[in-house]
Amino acid sequence: MNILEIQNLNVTFDTEDGQLRALRDVSFNVPEHRIVGIVGESGCGKSTLINSILGLLADNGQVEKGKILFEGQNLTELNSSQLRELRGVRISTVFQDPMGALNPVISVGTQMLHIQYRSSLSKSEKLDNAAEMLRRVRIPDRESALTRYPHEFSGGMKQRIAIAMAMMMEPALLIADEPTTALDATLEVATIELLQDLQQQIGCSVLFISHHLGVIAELCDDVVVMYAGEVVERGTTRQIFYRPMHPYTERLLQCDPAGQSERTRHLPTIPGEIPDLRLRTPGCIFAARCHCREDICDSTPPEVEIEGQSARCHRLVA
Amino acid sequence: MLNYSVKRLGLAVIIVSVVMLLLFTMIYLIPGDPAAVALGPRATDAMREALRVKMGLDQPIWIQFWNFFINAWQGDLGNEVLSDRPVTDVVLEQLPFTLALIAGGMIWSIALGIPLGCWTAIQPGGIVDRIIGILSVGVIAVPSFVIAIYALLIFAVSLRWLPAIGAGDSGDIIDQIIHLILPSLAVGLGWVGYLARLVRASMLEVLEASHIRTARAFGLPERLITYRYALTIAILPTVTLLGVGIGQMLSSAVFAEIVFARPGVGKLVYDAILTRNYPLVSGAVLVTTVLFIAINLIADLVVGVLDPRVRSRL
Ligand SMILES: Nc1ncnc2c1ncn2[C@@H]1O[C@H](COP(=O)(O)OP(=O)(O)OP(=O)(O)O)[C@@H](O)[C@H]1O
Ligand SMILES: [Mg+2]
Repeated sequence: MNILEIQNLNVTFDTEDGQLRALRDVSFNVPEHRIVGIVGESGCGKSTLINSILGLLADNGQVEKGKILFEGQNLTELNSSQLRELRGVRISTVFQDPMGALNPVISVGTQMLHIQYRSSLSKSEKLDNAAEMLRRVRIPDRESALTRYPHEFSGGMKQRIAIAMAMMMEPALLIADEPTTALDATLEVATIELLQDLQQQIGCSVLFISHHLGVIAELCDDVVVMYAGEVVERGTTRQIFYRPMHPYTERLLQCDPAGQSERTRHLPTIPGEIPDLRLRTPGCIFAARCHCREDICDSTPPEVEIEGQSARCHRLVA
Repeated sequence: MLNYSVKRLGLAVIIVSVVMLLLFTMIYLIPGDPAAVALGPRATDAMREALRVKMGLDQPIWIQFWNFFINAWQGDLGNEVLSDRPVTDVVLEQLPFTLALIAGGMIWSIALGIPLGCWTAIQPGGIVDRIIGILSVGVIAVPSFVIAIYALLIFAVSLRWLPAIGAGDSGDIIDQIIHLILPSLAVGLGWVGYLARLVRASMLEVLEASHIRTARAFGLPERLITYRYALTIAILPTVTLLGVGIGQMLSSAVFAEIVFARPGVGKLVYDAILTRNYPLVSGAVLVTTVLFIAINLIADLVVGVLDPRVRSRL
């Protein structure tokens, strides 16, 4: 069973110089109890994807077509208060910036109380819940932690508190938008392990966004590779890392610093830049930067699927 | 917190001392012999000399300053010229009226300015936002004495809703409050506009912050997000600014007190200038300066109480 099914999602932003197509025909699934990773360069539309799921797109953005099926219901058809009922309860989110993600003038305990505002428990039971969650994310001295303010914690602790808040209502889907990017390497590992533990205990699915391939390989069951607003390839982590089908995925793996076999002064990079999303041609989105580009790449590439792994590329048909 | 308060208090003492020095210099530089002014044209030279000795004017200047300084810190600002009463008594007698006026101005500006700013920030660019924006700039631009005169003409003279002059019966608190409505509006209206603009700008900034996105992602109700998560942060710059605002209200109070013929420190200074009652002028200026500094000190401490980030740094 899939917790989340994204089907042909198209999102556009109205900007001063025309319409910007931030997501184009994005489709993928998040199965129950699985961790799905999304990789892609900055600006490829990862946050836009999350915001569309949460119903928190900026005012100038709209879902043009496509479905976001969460536990069977289409989120694009819900009104804002129906979406709000899901957020924080069934779908929870951890954001990238642990420094700014928590309110600076409200104590941690009060913020955790607010998140439980829909519950009928008494205040002291809610506080017990909060303390219990802090225990599970290994915050020392929990009772006093509840009375403290976010700036009194280190970056790693703040991120763990944010995770505790997100997990408190035991959501069916946890969305993590680059939760470890702002942390140093050791904290990153600890946070990843923590997420994994909690996911096991609570039994939720996770949509994990990162541009750190090592983290994705470590944590995720499935991987979705995005480029300039499109899903260019998706498959299991094994498939993507051992048998990439799309030239962009190949390049991405080659450019991963952790994957370099020898020490080099020059990391390989993909030449060229992300295309302007306002000037969208029907051809392959990656063509301009692709090392195996041919004439046919100016026409719409087919979606090719092999053993559950799929990619959008002309090369695969040949 | 204690450490910080002590530091701020030390700074306040230094500022007050500097103001005393300036005041002293000012009085010293005013042409004319204070003794001659005090005694009038019909006094003899001997009488003037006697008074000069009594006032300490025959001493070297630094001793004069030192005496002034020590006395001022003890609350003794000399006697005023006309009735020979202690300046401090005369000023303190008038002070409550001015304090009430400024408190009223504050209440107007907070009670209207903050909700308006908050309201316009929720739907920026909308029709409500634009109308309030124009009105705010309008009331900021119009000087408070013009507002005072129009308020008087419209609400007191034409409509007769509210009394035109005076501070009300001294025993009757309701009457006093009714007499306070128009003058305090004149003093506070410009600040309603200021606060509305400031709170709007600072709300818009806070609403963009990532913790607000987090709060929305947790599905918190918009009301809770607006008033608890955003506004409590957005009003922090306002508190500091209000400290400065009170200084401006003190000067607006002079006009309001004159227009509405209210007692108060502003009216006192005005009358004292007309009668060249210099000890009274400098005494009143010193008292208002101390008041202004004290209020700013309080504003800073209030920020410390409201903002846990500042509190822990204190
Ligand atoms: N409100 C908006 N108005 C106009 N364009 C937008 C808006 N939000 C995002 N975009 C554009 O949509 C594209 C995708 O942005 P998005 O923030 O989703 O990228 P991202 O993958 O999350 O990047 P990053 O890794 O830097 O967080 C970018 O080109 C961005 O400029
Ligand atoms: Mg992003």
